[in-house]
Amino acid sequence: MELEPLQKFLPQVWFFVLGLFLFLYVLLDGFDLGVGILSLTASSEERRSILMTSLGNVWDANETWLVLMGGSLFGAFPLAYATILNALYLPAVIMVVGLILRAVSFEFRENADNKLVWNLAFGVGSFLAALGQGFALGSVFEGITVDASGHFAGSIWDWLTWRSVIVALTLVQAYVLVGSTYLILKTSGDLQETHYKTATIATWTTLAGALFITVTTPILSEQARALLFSTPMVYIFGLIPVLGGVLIGLLLRSLKKREEVTPIVWTFFLFALSFIGLGFLIFPNIIPPSVTIYEAAAAPSSLVFMLTFIGFLIPIMLAYNLYNYVVFRGKVVSTAYSE
Amino acid sequence: MHFLSDTVALSRLQFALTAIFHMLWPVLTTGMAIYLIVIEALWLKTRNLDYYRHARFWSKLYVLNFGIGVASGLPMAFQFGLNWAPFSESVGDFFGTVLGFEGTMAFMLEASFLGIMLFGWERVPPLIHFISTILVAFGANLSTFWILAANSWLQTPAGGVFVNGKFVVQDYFQAIANPFMVKSFLHMFLATLETSLFVIGGISAWYVLKQRHAAFFAKSFKVILAGLILIAPLQVFVGHLSAEQVYHYQPAKLAAMEAQWETIPAGERADWSLLAIPNDKAERNEWEVKVPGALGYLLELKPTLDTPVKGLKEWDPANRPHMIGLIYYSFRIMSGIGLFFAALMIFTVIQWLRGKLSEEGIIQQKWLMRSWILAAPLGYVAVETGWIVRCVGRQPWIVYGQMRTVDSVSHLPAGEVLFSLVGLTSMYVVFLGAALFFGGRILAKGPNLQLDAPTIGARPKLGVDLAQHMPDRRPAEAQQ
Ligand code: HDD
Ligand code: HEM
Ligand code: HEM
Repeated sequence: MELEPLQKFLPQVWFFVLGLFLFLYVLLDGFDLGVGILSLTASSEERRSILMTSLGNVWDANETWLVLMGGSLFGAFPLAYATILNALYLPAVIMVVGLILRAVSFEFRENADNKLVWNLAFGVGSFLAALGQGFALGSVFEGITVDASGHFAGSIWDWLTWRSVIVALTLVQAYVLVGSTYLILKTSGDLQETHYKTATIATWTTLAGALFITVTTPILSEQARALLFSTPMVYIFGLIPVLGGVLIGLLLRSLKKREEVTPIVWTFFLFALSFIGLGFLIFPNIIPPSVTIYEAAAAPSSLVFMLTFIGFLIPIMLAYNLYNYVVFRGKVVSTAYSE
Repeated sequence: MHFLSDTVALSRLQFALTAIFHMLWPVLTTGMAIYLIVIEALWLKTRNLDYYRHARFWSKLYVLNFGIGVASGLPMAFQFGLNWAPFSESVGDFFGTVLGFEGTMAFMLEASFLGIMLFGWERVPPLIHFISTILVAFGANLSTFWILAANSWLQTPAGGVFVNGKFVVQDYFQAIANPFMVKSFLHMFLATLETSLFVIGGISAWYVLKQRHAAFFAKSFKVILAGLILIAPLQVFVGHLSAEQVYHYQPAKLAAMEAQWETIPAGERADWSLLAIPNDKAERNEWEVKVPGALGYLLELKPTLDTPVKGLKEWDPANRPHMIGLIYYSFRIMSGIGLFFAALMIFTVIQWLRGKLSEEGIIQQKWLMRSWILAAPLGYVAVETGWIVRCVGRQPWIVYGQMRTVDSVSHLPAGEVLFSLVGLTSMYVVFLGAALFFGGRILAKGPNLQLDAPTIGARPKLGVDLAQHMPDRRPAEAQQ
């Protein structure tokens, strides 16, 4: 079947919009979850309080990018929303449980005398959420078994493979990395010094995971191999590791020189670069390896209707999110979560 | 056990439990946000510090609820795909669009300005803070609007046609403005507001009764009472309009709400059932107390009706709701609470007009204060029973008259659903207990009446240095 230009163009735009939402989520809730995971290692209640206070005004907005992404995927690619969640039932439940645990612990911890339970809920919740997302990423990456009409046809443990375990652990490392760089920005003194160290370690562990995934992908997947070595993709995929190497160099240097702002900036660029690579690898599929965005998309009228409103709101949402960060710029000034 | 291996039953139970639990928290945050606007406006206008302290005090309860609201909302957002995949695929073009709008228009607005509303007192000028409070309230109520638009569409699907089981949208605006949307949204909007005001009223009454800061809490009591003069009667009226729209669009649900098995023909007196013991199997009521002609008055303002009221037996058992007793009593509990709220408001206003609510007088009103404490949790009961009427009464349809609930469930192994059901339920039990405990603590601690007006300016940064964290491990004699 030949597709009309509009029938091609609209799903592509939505692929991009959803990619943007997912990217913002991974970046922003990434540092959020990373701080949560790091809180498990905090050496005193006071330090943990500072860590949690640094998230007070942003955690909810950060998490909302995921809700946005869920709702928009539902509207723009109903088939993908249904099939992917159906296939990833357990990782999604793990993620949701993790996010629930950490969301409630902010307030419960603040009011509790015995903080241990809620400290654990916060740290473990963050870890579970990151792990669930990592498994989801890993198995989407590996491909989801579907029948001829695009419905899930695999089995319930499909998502658990040794490669998805490695992807999940790598994502946890990446979140710890971006979380550490956020804390470098928001804290000072000895607490900051600690996170220069965790950031440096996390850079190396993330790098190891990423290298492993990059190398095994073309070896194990015929489809990925074909895509990687086709022109013009081979140039793009050739360029990404080079840029990545440069960014890692810059990141390590900035950590070494104890700079405050640049580490998080280089980390953001690294995330963006990996995201672009992933996007190229998956496009034009939305349920890899076989269902394309054109097959899963809602009716063109739906896509136009949604785009009219959501497209218009994207810059506005970005603006007031940014405003929120501007209002609370600078170092954390109090240990009380609700001041 | 049969039930534990039934994916449909488990998925329904999971949806019902998560929705009922989720519903407990946004009710207070959407309604109280409007109260916070009023309190902050009063502060800005009068510069009376007590209003500022009120704003800070109630915000503490607000955040507690907010956190659990967000946490319990997350599974809701994913459940449609997880447990109701055929449903999601079939109606996603419209339903997903609306949930996407809710996220982009409402949730993000609320979440972004919440930080400023809670922690920004000393960071932004009062006017900006006030605007942030308004935006948070606006976002919360906008999310009520979108979720009610989506749910109303399930009740009265409009704006398109089902082709081979897939909903094809023809007119989005018509689908959003479906027949149920306006009145249902109004009813829900008033429900959140009314519930919150009664919670605030009940807590204020508790402090007054205990003679703790009685003068301070007499203020909040009067603010909410003034609001309820309008809201409580309006809710009864809008509830009545809701029942009328059910009568027109979902007669089987109305029959269930009334436990009406036989049709009442036109021209015959229509009685209203006050109490009954409905028997689903035998298709009749075991025992019943009726008010003669009252149903006629409710629907057409006269004892006999021009149009017949259909009885449940008109429908094949496969096409009408079950659990009639649940629907019947849920409806009576909700409307009973609505009437009680209105009566309590009127009685209290009379006392107010008689000058009995002055700062010294209010402490004497022991029974009145006790009634208000009793009323505090009732709004929640009304909200939950209202949803039961609406959703259980819609069965066996997920999209009324178009798509059946049994056809919309994901084909998941029952064990998987059981896993998530047990996991979520056990967490929710703990959270409910913890929320009540910590809420009680916030109340026991009471407001901070020493709080001064916020001053805007940078504060010193917080450094944590080595000495504070590493205990000195040198031998004692080495220390000076
Ligand atoms: C009274 C109105 C109301 C109703 C009927 C519902 N909600 Fe809700 N919901 C809200 C009012 C609300 C809220 C007040 O807007 C919350 C509470 C905290 C927040 O951020 O938004 C919220 C939070 C909230 C969140 C978290 C948003 C975030 O992370 O900021 C999600 C995903 C949902 N809800 C989803 C649902 C779904 C799928 C529902 C239907 C079954 C539902 N809600 C019923
Ligand atoms: C977008 C909004 C909503 C949608 C799409 C929706 C849809 C549904 C669905 C899919 C079910 C499961 C089918 C079933 O159990 O038979 C259900 C049942 C139910 N929902 Fe709603 N609902 C919505 C809002 C709510 C809310 C906010 C509540 C608040 C408490 C609620 C209360 C219930 C209850 C109590 C049931 C159980 C009915 C039963 O199991 O028979 N619903 N609804
Ligand atoms: C005499 C007073 C009341 C009457 C006659 C009434 C009537 C109704 C009816 C008929 C429905 C079902 C609508 C449907 O199935 O589509 C409903 C739903 C509902 N009611 Fe009430 N109600 C009253 C009071 C209240 C009060 C006091 C509250 C809460 C504070 C409340 C909360 C709700 C909620 C949350 C729903 C479900 C959502 C909605 O339809 O908006 N009701 N009500």
